[in-house]
Amino acid sequence: MDNIAGSKSSLSWAVHLSMLLLVILWIFPTVGLLVSSFRTGDQIVTSGWWKSFMSAEQVLTLRAADPTDQIQQGGVWVVEGNLFVDMPQYEIASWGTSSKDVAAHEPGATVDLKDGEKITVQANGDYTWTAPEQLSGRGQRVFVTAEIPPVFTIDNYDRVLGQGVLTDLVIYLAGALAITVAAHFSLRGLGFAEPKGYAILIGVAAFLLMSVVLGLGSGIRTGAPGDDMGRAFFNTLTVTIPSTIIPITVAAFAAYALAWMDFPGRSLLIAAIVGLLVVPLQLALIPLLKFHNEVGIGKGYLGVWLAHTGFGMPLAIYLLRNYMAGLPRDIIENAKVDGATDFQIFVKIILPLSFPALASFAIFQFLWTWNDLLVAKVFLIDPTQGTTVMTDQIVQIMGSRGGQWEILATAAFVSIAVPLVVFFSMQKYLVRGLLAGSVK
Amino acid sequence: MNPALQGLMTIVFGVGGCVAYYFLSNLFLDKVIFPAKGPKAGRNINRANLVRPWLFLAPALMVLGLYLAYPVIETLRLSLTSRIPGGGYEFVGLRNYSQLLGESKFWEALRNNMLWLAVVPAASTALGLLVAQLSDRIGWGSLAKSLIFMPMAISFVGASVIFKLVYDTRPQGQEQIGLLNALWLGFDGGLWSFVVLRAIPVVLIAAFAALVIYVGWSLIRPMTDARGRPGNLAMKSLRVVGAVICAWLVWVSVSGAMGVMAAKLAFGTPQTWLTLPFYNNFFLMIVLIWIQTGFAMVILSAALRGIPEETVEAAIVDGAGPMAIFFKIKVPQIMSTIVVVWTTITITVLKVFDIVFAMTNGQWETQVLANYMYDKLFRAFDWGVGSAAAMVIMLLVTPILVWNVYNARKEMR
Repeated sequence: MDNIAGSKSSLSWAVHLSMLLLVILWIFPTVGLLVSSFRTGDQIVTSGWWKSFMSAEQVLTLRAADPTDQIQQGGVWVVEGNLFVDMPQYEIASWGTSSKDVAAHEPGATVDLKDGEKITVQANGDYTWTAPEQLSGRGQRVFVTAEIPPVFTIDNYDRVLGQGVLTDLVIYLAGALAITVAAHFSLRGLGFAEPKGYAILIGVAAFLLMSVVLGLGSGIRTGAPGDDMGRAFFNTLTVTIPSTIIPITVAAFAAYALAWMDFPGRSLLIAAIVGLLVVPLQLALIPLLKFHNEVGIGKGYLGVWLAHTGFGMPLAIYLLRNYMAGLPRDIIENAKVDGATDFQIFVKIILPLSFPALASFAIFQFLWTWNDLLVAKVFLIDPTQGTTVMTDQIVQIMGSRGGQWEILATAAFVSIAVPLVVFFSMQKYLVRGLLAGSVK
Repeated sequence: MNPALQGLMTIVFGVGGCVAYYFLSNLFLDKVIFPAKGPKAGRNINRANLVRPWLFLAPALMVLGLYLAYPVIETLRLSLTSRIPGGGYEFVGLRNYSQLLGESKFWEALRNNMLWLAVVPAASTALGLLVAQLSDRIGWGSLAKSLIFMPMAISFVGASVIFKLVYDTRPQGQEQIGLLNALWLGFDGGLWSFVVLRAIPVVLIAAFAALVIYVGWSLIRPMTDARGRPGNLAMKSLRVVGAVICAWLVWVSVSGAMGVMAAKLAFGTPQTWLTLPFYNNFFLMIVLIWIQTGFAMVILSAALRGIPEETVEAAIVDGAGPMAIFFKIKVPQIMSTIVVVWTTITITVLKVFDIVFAMTNGQWETQVLANYMYDKLFRAFDWGVGSAAAMVIMLLVTPILVWNVYNARKEMR
């Protein structure tokens, strides 16, 4: 439309460029977290993540072997070996023995240490450590500056989720994907009209089945104590799924009544729901906690499910009512003429037609309950921390291990991975829900 | 019981129970209470249809009443009571509120909240509008929108971790691993630094102030103009209140711009961004702006698409440039949507808790109302003052609530 006017090419370039700049600005922080979660703690604190794709000069702290197998040679005691034990050999650019000057010496130089000891380090890491007296104690510490190519590791995920969990997940995902594709083609061969949806369902089911049967979530493999995200992951899942499904069921019926039944006070009720949409849930914390304690629910899953159901209800009713009210009147009136009851109309006509709105709300509620911290903290998590959810676990890790970026980044990425998958696969419904849900 | 199993049972019982309730209660209504047969069949059907909506609504209304309406009343009551040592509560009138008003932390939280309210909705909406307009004109626009929308899926806590990494600080001399400090050390106080750190922020603030002046003027103008229709007394007072808020915002912007120009910038030294008083608020706000821009963009993009093409074509024929088309043709037509986006983000801002809780926990003068309330309720266990703080949040939300309800009623007629 705008290009009808023959927009100038310089302007078009500016548009492309500024858009690119904005996009980079927006995704850079997240990419940083993702990249950091695949780096070791040492790497993270010695160089910015944006440098991790280039080989970089890094200072490594290495040690000569402990002098247990020293040999006497020509009147001096000698320890020989290579500094790079259990790691790839790098080309040493410079080295030093004091943390104050880590790049004091060239490779091949011989340096005097205390008490007449001498050490020589070659470019390939070979060293000779000599002393006039017999050596004792630990091996000599050597700081080595070397050009180190980019290295990535999944150790952080092993630590946070449990040994090998990430690898297994990738394998299961590949398997599930293969099953999905196979199901798609075989369903299409069998003549199903909409094979894609069913195939995806089958794939998800296969993935879950494999995960459960092959031992994920059984609690056998867990992350390191204190850093464990595995259990928190399953707790979050336990909070999320009922909190998503139950409000939909309750709200759908109410939305139908508000959209298609005539009764006194209907518009007043709708107005009240619009009002409740913006009531801050902070107000509900204490009264409901008191109420839960009085009826004996206390802090626990039941309480948090009920709370999420309540807090999600206005949006659910509002979204679904708006959508249902827009359905064609003819269909419903025809069905009524044919003698269908309201219950039948709702189940057989309205529900199937309202699928997009149901999906929209489901995604909203899923994202909101998955990402929630406050409601879980108030209604679920007791001092034993047995039912901690991921958001809370991350805050705990932030407090106890604020400096250990590899753990924090990995934990955070584990928690945002699922919403990101949901987001990118269901974006269409999310957008639709947003458009319908913002009060006009 | 295994919580996963418990969850599964809850789903089955919850969903099954709901469906069974609706089915059985309808059946009961039709067959037992008002059977549609016999001499009174016609009257019974009508009666049943009078009752039925309430059958459909009952569970939802119960949940809404218990989990949203009742807490408002109960919080109001709690805010007027105080715990007696040894158990029980006594009515203390407004003492909790006067205690609240006497605490400097509360005023700090309120001041910060106001700052958030002034900055975040404006910035998110403006950026969202910019992205919506730019992405409309390019081939890979939907991909760009999708990437900018992505933070919506990320939790506030996750976003806090992401931005803590961006703001990370290493001691001077070590390599910086936080993006912001790495960029900061690139500035040396030369021309480039002046442009990026002083000129551009001042221009942005000035743009904001100009917008506010425009809004304030359009609020006041109908009252000074003889032909204007200022409305009744309520509308007049609303206009005055709006204009006063605008004047305050202009004052904040001007003093902010002066602050930016006058601030001594410590070039070459890595900064601990989250502990710089006052400015750290902006570093926290960036997190929320980063998340909310996607929301604004999606809605405004749809609104821009909905503009009738004739209006734009007519403007092009009349020789309007791209800027004039955008500001004089497009923006006025989507004004109501902009207001919706603005108010929705405003509500999110009023409730912001996780970001402050996870990043600074209100230290270094970054306290906000929601976190202050959480502190009072669950750290100090002072339910009276905590409830009073919650009521203050409710009070701030109320104008938007009334406005939304008013609009919804208007739309339904």
